Amino acid sequence: MSSAASASPGTREERIWQLLGAVPDPEIPVLSIVDLGIVRHVRCDAHGRMTVGLTPTYSGCPATEAIRAATRAALDAHGEGDVCLEEVLSPPWSSDWLSAQGQQKLREFGIAPPQGPVTNPRQLWGATGVTCPRCGSHDSERLSEFGSTPCKAHYRCIRCREPFDYFKCI
Amino acid sequence: MTTPLTPAATAAHLRYVLRLGDTSLILGQRLGEWIGHAPALEEDLGLANLALDLIGQARLLLSYAGELEGRGRDEDALAFLREAPEFASVSLAEQPNGDFACTIVRQWLIDAWQLQLYQGLACSTDARLAAIAAKALKETRYHYRFSSGWLVRLGDGTAESHRRTQRALEELWRFTHELFAPDEIDVEMAAAGIAPDLAPLAAAWSAMIDADLQAATLTRPAGQAYAWHGKRGVHTEHLSHLLTEMQHLQRSFPGARW
Repeated sequence: MSSAASASPGTREERIWQLLGAVPDPEIPVLSIVDLGIVRHVRCDAHGRMTVGLTPTYSGCPATEAIRAATRAALDAHGEGDVCLEEVLSPPWSSDWLSAQGQQKLREFGIAPPQGPVTNPRQLWGATGVTCPRCGSHDSERLSEFGSTPCKAHYRCIRCREPFDYFKCI
Repeated sequence: MTTPLTPAATAAHLRYVLRLGDTSLILGQRLGEWIGHAPALEEDLGLANLALDLIGQARLLLSYAGELEGRGRDEDALAFLREAPEFASVSLAEQPNGDFACTIVRQWLIDAWQLQLYQGLACSTDARLAAIAAKALKETRYHYRFSSGWLVRLGDGTAESHRRTQRALEELWRFTHELFAPDEIDVEMAAAGIAPDLAPLAAAWSAMIDADLQAATLTRPAGQAYAWHGKRGVHTEHLSHLLTEMQHLQRSFPGARW
């Protein structure tokens, strides 16, 4: 990205992306912060200063500070201690930022990924027929708008009767 | 980020951001009082999650207010070391929780208002405020879904739940006037393109309210709303009590960290 980078531009950025891809989300450790879509950029400015931009999922997400600390620690441990972290608010994070790989990991972990894009106006009135991550049935019911963390709602499968978390489409 | 402001405009700008931040903070603190007391576990979690979002929004807004003020006060100093008359939250936010119906009616009135307000603020000429509003808007939509869903369930539920919800509506309605009655700060902010114009916002809010009330079989109160001025620092007695609890730790052990 940087025209000032002397040799093989992008290499250091790629290395940083890779190490960030191994930083787990503290509340859903099966997802990395890259899967979750909260790493906005890794970039080098004209002076060679490297910056990582992080965005919070929810305004009040209690994991935001833990994520920042874990990211800092991962960078320091890999000799990237001079990389700066910055908060990026705009555009706001939504569940659309979750990567395809992240969606697959959620499903395997037993959490139903968001059903469709946030821009679908039907989402305002709550997803119906969320697919059960255990048995694959579409026959499910919402137990609660809110679940174990701010990003999840609580559902139950009508077929296998198991309760499950649904990653909110928001 | 924005065009340079005159000192007077900065004062109004600061006051406006404080109003937004304080309202979210005070409502978040109120909702937090439900933790461990809500009628069901799901609702306990729900109210706590609303509180979490609101306090998160308050942190962003109060941090920004501290920067506009430029006197070195951060979000914590603004939240924990100010007296009641210095708070600029709307009076509706500080009203006691009452029963579950009362909490839901208060929440729904504010959610519908904030939904319209944040939609307008997302287009603000103040880029920082626009970014915070765009983020808060998504969360507010979810809050509104929760509160309007409960309003209908309670209003169109049993005779007792209907009676209590209508009663809460009658009690809280007078505090809604303040949300849309512009003062000189609202006018100045709208003229600068920082805040939305309150007249179309009031009409959109009113339409949402009427549609929900109809679905909930509730009646819009006929009484004329009072002109309460929480946003001008003139609060009901309830705010001081709330602050006594919220600020206790920082007042007793200034600068405490853990």
